Amino acid sequence: MAEKVALTGNDAAATAFKQVNPDVAAVYPITPQTELMQLFAGFVADGLVDTELVAVESEHSAMSAAVGASAAGARVFTATSSQGLALMWEIVYIAASLRLPIVMATVNRALSGPINIHCDHSDSMGARDSGWIQIFSENAQEVYDNIFQAFRIAEDHNVLVPVMVTLDGFILSHTMETLELLPDDVVKEFVGEFEPATNLLEVKNPVKIGPLHLTDFYFETKRAQVEAMERARGAILDVADEWEKLSGRKYGYFDEYRLDDADVAVVVLGSAAGTAKDACDQMRDEGVKAGVLKLRVFRPFPGKEITTALRHLKAVGVMDRSCSFGLEGGPLFNEIRAAAYDTDLKLTGQIYGLGGRDVTIDHIKSIYAELGKVAESGRIDPLTWFVGVRD
Amino acid sequence: MAIPADTKWKDMPLGGMVPEPGTSEEYQTGTWRTFRPVLDTDKCISCLTCWILCPDSAIIVEDSKVTGINYKHCKGCGICARACPDKVKAITMKLESEFND
Repeated sequence: MAEKVALTGNDAAATAFKQVNPDVAAVYPITPQTELMQLFAGFVADGLVDTELVAVESEHSAMSAAVGASAAGARVFTATSSQGLALMWEIVYIAASLRLPIVMATVNRALSGPINIHCDHSDSMGARDSGWIQIFSENAQEVYDNIFQAFRIAEDHNVLVPVMVTLDGFILSHTMETLELLPDDVVKEFVGEFEPATNLLEVKNPVKIGPLHLTDFYFETKRAQVEAMERARGAILDVADEWEKLSGRKYGYFDEYRLDDADVAVVVLGSAAGTAKDACDQMRDEGVKAGVLKLRVFRPFPGKEITTALRHLKAVGVMDRSCSFGLEGGPLFNEIRAAAYDTDLKLTGQIYGLGGRDVTIDHIKSIYAELGKVAESGRIDPLTWFVGVRD
Repeated sequence: MAIPADTKWKDMPLGGMVPEPGTSEEYQTGTWRTFRPVLDTDKCISCLTCWILCPDSAIIVEDSKVTGINYKHCKGCGICARACPDKVKAITMKLESEFND
């Protein structure tokens, strides 16, 4: 039977990792992720897991240790935030190109500078072309559920792509919520025994992992990596179906909230989806047909599916918690706009919440109000704007 | 056997790994060379200093004697010529453009 508990997002993640009981964890502290690995280290010290905990000297080393252990045939996870992810950078790409099914919790925090410890998505968005699957979470329950699914997706031999599960720094990582835990034996069976596809320690069948590819082979290897990410699309849905049978909780590429009969809607990633749903409900009470599309899977990007889900709307606001300097609007807005190129969809973009700036129900209601004007006039002006900045 | 040069992307080994050992033997790195070490076997005393230091294991030794240089793998770094004792200097670095082969 499922057990109802109160945990922070970090604790929910650490608990999920405890139940998976991976072979190796590479650990380096960074706010706001630190507590996650500290809690997991407690599980190791208490003998609740068999995991080899490797305390390294930087995040660059954390991802390097994860790559080495994974290439040697171990089930591996790590966790990081912001500058930590930035320091990991080159190895993050290498993990993906070597097709190592590492799982990483990314506790989203704004990248410096100015130095800041609070939530935005600039860290994850910077890694969007690294070749990792990226799954966003709205609350502690989703963090917990996404971690089990991440191992299954990454380790599928038709996929073999590392997975990043994100949770919003402090908003989720340090806030206590109620969630349901599944029993150890149930999730253990769901995750299953790890069957490595690469084993650097197999002396009878020696292989070389990470060799030089020049003009002769690099292109073919990257092309194969593109295909692996494409195959992840099916695996993500199959694993979600299985998880639903166990937990009763439904997952997909995204979640549609009051979208069916909506005229206007916002698209949002992460914890702000909860605020958006409250704003949506209030708009409905005021007679506006509002909706929310909460995106869960950012990589692989479900562009066609998003466009199909939005096509009946009169106006859409795509909310980004990061910016791309020199490009109008954030990455999510631009990707959805590209996916909607062949449609008549009226799309606008909003940048909000940088560096942990609070996003309120009123902020999102103000977006709906602007979308109402677009819906009425059919004119988009402005195309993008900032929400919650002093101007 | 190394991965064939015409391998299609669908047939590439997982993550671009080399699925068997010792394949660097078949990989020609000698074409990268700008300077070629030329050995004068009359001067060479077979002290084997170059053999110890060569990063590409390209010094050919037979019966404890240095007999030549493996130009298929030598990248022309010149360590052998520098390491050759001053009184011997049996290896000279020459520009590849001086050769017709």
